[in-house]
Amino acid sequence: MSETLKVKQALTGNEAFAFAMKQINPDVVAAYPITPATEIVQIFSKYVADGEVDTEFVAVESEHSAMSACIGAATAGARVMTGTSSQGLALMHEVLYIASALRLPIVLAEVNRALSAPINIHCDHSDTMGSRDSGWIQIYCENANEGYHSLIQAVKIAETINLPVMVTLDGFIISHGMEVVETLETDVVRQYLGKRKPLYNVLDYENPIMVGPLDLTDYYFEHKRQQIEAMKKAKDVIEEVITDYNKRFGFDFPVFAEAYRMEDAEYAILSMSSAAGTMKEAVDVMREKGEKVGLVRLKVFRPFPYEVLQEFFKNVKAIGVMDRSDSVSTMGGPVFNEVRSALYDLDTRPRIMNFVFGLGGRDFPLSDALYIVNRVKELKEGKTLDFVEYVGVRE
Amino acid sequence: MKKKGWKELPEGAIIEKVPTSQEFKTGSWRTQKPVWDPNKCTNCFLCWLYCPDSSIILKEVNGEPKVSGINYDYCKGCGICAEVCPPKIKAIHMEKEEF
Amino acid sequence: MADSFSLSLKELARRNKSLAPGHRACAGCPFPAVVRMTLSASDYPVVVANATGCMEVTTSIFPFGAWPVPWIHNAFENAAATISGVEAAYKALVRKGVVPADKKIKFIAFGGDGGTYDIGLQSLSGAAERGHNFLYILYDNEGYMNTGIQRSSSTPYGASTTTSPAGKVLHGKLQHKKPIVDIMAAHGIPYAAQASVSHWNDYVKKVRKALSIEGPTFIAVYSPCVPGWGYPENKSIEVAKIAVESGFWPLYEVENGYYKINYRPRNPVPIEEFLKSQARFAHLLNYPEAIEELKRFIQERWKFLEFMEKRREIDGVTENV
Repeated sequence: MSETLKVKQALTGNEAFAFAMKQINPDVVAAYPITPATEIVQIFSKYVADGEVDTEFVAVESEHSAMSACIGAATAGARVMTGTSSQGLALMHEVLYIASALRLPIVLAEVNRALSAPINIHCDHSDTMGSRDSGWIQIYCENANEGYHSLIQAVKIAETINLPVMVTLDGFIISHGMEVVETLETDVVRQYLGKRKPLYNVLDYENPIMVGPLDLTDYYFEHKRQQIEAMKKAKDVIEEVITDYNKRFGFDFPVFAEAYRMEDAEYAILSMSSAAGTMKEAVDVMREKGEKVGLVRLKVFRPFPYEVLQEFFKNVKAIGVMDRSDSVSTMGGPVFNEVRSALYDLDTRPRIMNFVFGLGGRDFPLSDALYIVNRVKELKEGKTLDFVEYVGVRE
Repeated sequence: MKKKGWKELPEGAIIEKVPTSQEFKTGSWRTQKPVWDPNKCTNCFLCWLYCPDSSIILKEVNGEPKVSGINYDYCKGCGICAEVCPPKIKAIHMEKEEF
Repeated sequence: MADSFSLSLKELARRNKSLAPGHRACAGCPFPAVVRMTLSASDYPVVVANATGCMEVTTSIFPFGAWPVPWIHNAFENAAATISGVEAAYKALVRKGVVPADKKIKFIAFGGDGGTYDIGLQSLSGAAERGHNFLYILYDNEGYMNTGIQRSSSTPYGASTTTSPAGKVLHGKLQHKKPIVDIMAAHGIPYAAQASVSHWNDYVKKVRKALSIEGPTFIAVYSPCVPGWGYPENKSIEVAKIAVESGFWPLYEVENGYYKINYRPRNPVPIEEFLKSQARFAHLLNYPEAIEELKRFIQERWKFLEFMEKRREIDGVTENV
């Protein structure tokens, strides 16, 4: 793929999402505005008004109806997208499970924002972590550029395995921050995606089917087992799609997780999304001091790539896992709990602790990142520490 | 109907090639049964229209639909057919069911 | 109503598009007849969305599906949003040439009163306001029957349900029914109507009229409930008929804002006959003041409908608008 097919543009995260949606030209978009994802719907509406897409845009009265309409449209064979954040995703919660169980490849552009109460419009991951068991593939992106490309890849992944995908960017930090995004040409995107080949179609009235039946003790478990298997297979699909995308268009996006200076690392940090940028800098600072520390940026949280993490962490002595949300269980954040569980089977189990940070958009400065690295160093050196620490909160 | 395992079921929990409910017989719910008299029936179709269980059998005779009996595999014995049959006709009456 | 929408019973029988037998609706439940009339009345292929409720659960127990047409159930409160998604997909796919434009399909949503008056009202209101091309059919059995007979905002005043039980102090539900057809008509949709399963000719005409219209249309069809209302299972049609003949459930339609009463009982049956026909009202016979309140409400409803109907005279509107 020649470089001339790529264009560098200065875009915010929301603009990058909306631009990808324009190039994807979905058949149906049903969406409702919510800060900080509003711009996605707003910009896309303008594309519709200007005839730049031939999407049927359904300006619904709530996020619940947004996802419900997406489900209806997807059962009719349409390529369907939406966007939301925080309370909006929470309002969709019930129907998220229905979208995945009906195996509908809906793609959702998500902007991470804290959940109420108290009401807050800024970034944390409590919204999407709340949907972690809804059967959706979840891809957390570090920056607008990765968000743009991941959204396009998400359509391919979703339609290959017939599961819905949400791609997330950090609210305000990325959604409203301007960056250079290397976009593909529209024709290239459309050609790459081709047409959706639905698993079934309710518009085919000559061969009627029933979608969403009542499933009691006789079959519910079998259908769930089947859905779990699809999520297992999604790992292969994600790997194939991202590897192929990189090769086709000349990129090197990580598949499940990005390893940063992990080669000879004795201890490591696991981080997600935009905080990984700051954390990389902290790793660099420590490396200059001769510390053998690395970073793993987890990108795909669902399906959970435990095998990949086991491989990355098999030789480290201590790990600090960063969570931008807390499970309010007294056992730290969701990422921590899953990572710790994934590493339980390693021959030499690393010491591991959790850092909950950045709730409600609390700044995450380099000093906090360095504090975390130093704490994990202490953990590696054998110091006894609480397994959860809250970083950046006033006592 | 043999119950399928998860590998054999269609993906997405859909029911293919509907309708399939006729695989489930509801006739055993009945405690009384309708008896239809072809000699009295005027083919007004009210019993067909109101039967909750699609158990009034229609047959095509010379291109016209005609009532031709009751499907006891499914009839739950509610008695609506006898009730809506016009009083002057009374082509359906209910009897105690004895299986 | 123009007779062009009428269909004879013989013609309906010729078309015979019904739920397949083997579904698990209660013996004597009238909603399968509502489905039969609806599907047989349509001149077009239809795609159906069904809200969670009796109709949905009894006709879709996997792997036993009773519907002879494409059918989708999403959740309880979102049948209207779901069908609006299907309709939007159809529009987009026709525009993109994926679905041939001459393949005309009609979109119908079915919901009970719980899924329509209550939890699904927002989704229905949104879909109506957006102007999707669909027909929403409410089969009104006046309560949450699927979960065991709880009150809904459609349950009539005085009715005893498991969450508005008649007791030593209270005589059943304390509030009147919401005027759902008027609520839908107030959205400015082209067609909203009230019908009853007992008056099949009126209902079939209304379905056919609604399906002939582009845009959102709404029909509330009265559909009694054997266990919920407490009457013998062969009496479903009779009870619905008494509701109409006593004036409790008027048959009317609102076309582009113009009201029309479709049926005036010539010799109205006393409301007591309607109340006596069902166990849910049995306790009311000891509360004459409650019966008076119900009568007052029914009279007010009729006064309202007659007042609204006068708009036709004022504007000189006779038949179709």
